[in-house]
Amino acid sequence: MTASLHLTGAATGAARRVGAMVLRYLYLLRSSWTRLLELIYWPAVQLFVWGFLQFYIAQNSGFFARASGVFIAAVLMWDMLFRGQLGFSISFLEEMWSRNLGNLMISPLRPIEFVFALMIMSIIRLAIGMIPVTLLAIAFFGFNLYSLGLALAAFFVNLILTGWAVGIVVAGVLLRNGMGAESLAWTLMFVLMPLTCVYYPVSVLPDWLQGVAWMLPPTYVFEGMRALVMMHEFRGDLMLAAFALNAVYFAAAVIAFLELLKSARRAGSLLQTGE
Amino acid sequence: MQAEPAILVDQLVKVYKSTRAVDGISFALDQGSITGLLGGNGAGKTTTLAMILGLITPTAGAVRVLGAQMPRQRYQVLHKLNFESPYMDLPHRLTVRQNLKVFGKLYDVPSLTDRISSLAEELDLMEFLDRPVGKLSAGQKTRVALAKALINAPQVLLLDEPTASLDPDTADWVRGRLEQFRKARGATILLASHNMAEVERLCERVIMMKRGRVEDDDTPARLLIRYGRQTLEEVFLDVARGHGHMREAAQ
Repeated sequence: MTASLHLTGAATGAARRVGAMVLRYLYLLRSSWTRLLELIYWPAVQLFVWGFLQFYIAQNSGFFARASGVFIAAVLMWDMLFRGQLGFSISFLEEMWSRNLGNLMISPLRPIEFVFALMIMSIIRLAIGMIPVTLLAIAFFGFNLYSLGLALAAFFVNLILTGWAVGIVVAGVLLRNGMGAESLAWTLMFVLMPLTCVYYPVSVLPDWLQGVAWMLPPTYVFEGMRALVMMHEFRGDLMLAAFALNAVYFAAAVIAFLELLKSARRAGSLLQTGE
Repeated sequence: MQAEPAILVDQLVKVYKSTRAVDGISFALDQGSITGLLGGNGAGKTTTLAMILGLITPTAGAVRVLGAQMPRQRYQVLHKLNFESPYMDLPHRLTVRQNLKVFGKLYDVPSLTDRISSLAEELDLMEFLDRPVGKLSAGQKTRVALAKALINAPQVLLLDEPTASLDPDTADWVRGRLEQFRKARGATILLASHNMAEVERLCERVIMMKRGRVEDDDTPARLLIRYGRQTLEEVFLDVARGHGHMREAAQ
């Protein structure tokens, strides 16, 4: 009885602290229209570039005319992956830019609660940026992402898990190495872009690189998306494989984050988080 | 039975690569006491404070705060601690009220709205409550940082140069607020400072550090007598220049 009361109290405390951090980031978003605009700007630019390219190719190729929407779906899902990670990393970077990390680290906020708040913010930022862009896709290109139904949920879960895993590792490296590692937050995901086969099938890659590609969960998602959009076939096996890989990578990322945090405590880099 | 010290530092060492930032220091601070940690740049004051807070893991030795081993058991006591430092800022785009609300929630402060109002009144922040922190003057920002450090009415308050970059009048006003808080709350305060006037006015005990070691540790009055000096600044200079023990020996 006492133990269960203690657990309930701990869970309530954790929820309150996570809520406090989410509130902090919402205050920040509310205070800056440029931050809000930036959330929509790049996904919209990407959508128009790839949408018009798709129009052009479809006019000149029967195959792509039949596969209408495959590029738009790919660009929207790439943005889920990239913006999911960026939403996580930028919220974390806000603490470093404002030199507030030390205040948080001496507060009762646990590292896992901090990570949880960053994950919630990544979804909120993604929703603010992506929902308007998916509506633009319907209006301008007649492509309705939501028509993918439950498959979209499976794609989203897998992409956001990968985005968070990368974001968590980047946050750990930033804690340990300071702002000198900031560029990782903006660029690391692009290393995955050619390997995860966002715009082309895995079979296009050389054999030796295909093995690397299949080690990355988003590869399964993009293959699954092409199967659905082009062949109208939902590949549950691909989604399960992606989920299994994500579970491993996410757990590894959390462990890496906690170890990097420990290392930052040893190196004394939590108080001075500059370059 | 004697009460457990609020802060117990035992043979604390911190080595960064080849530098011994803190070199085997020990002290115990009684609950409700106010102590100054004095020393020049690189003396190891900030590293000591950071180890007490659990921000830095010691290379050797131990720190206990309110009975909890730091950093291992820090979450048992972090809600009873707070810290203000020039190395940290509050988010500039958030208003004073928003910042205090966020930290109040993190520290689970009961009746938070009332607490923010009473702090704003005590620290003369009422007219700035809804202004972004980034738009405040240096003195106003220091008062806001102090409000954040007091939001949870901490049992142990650590301050690193709390009046640096303030004009003398504002600095004196801040010292007055700290004295008031300590009397009202019975809090333990450890204050790292270069400002001798501040330490003389506020502290009942002074720990003097040099190159990571405790060079002396006593009340300001006894230090003045022992070093045969009129002010703590002169004592500080004696310690900093290595004349302290020579003078004592001569006497």
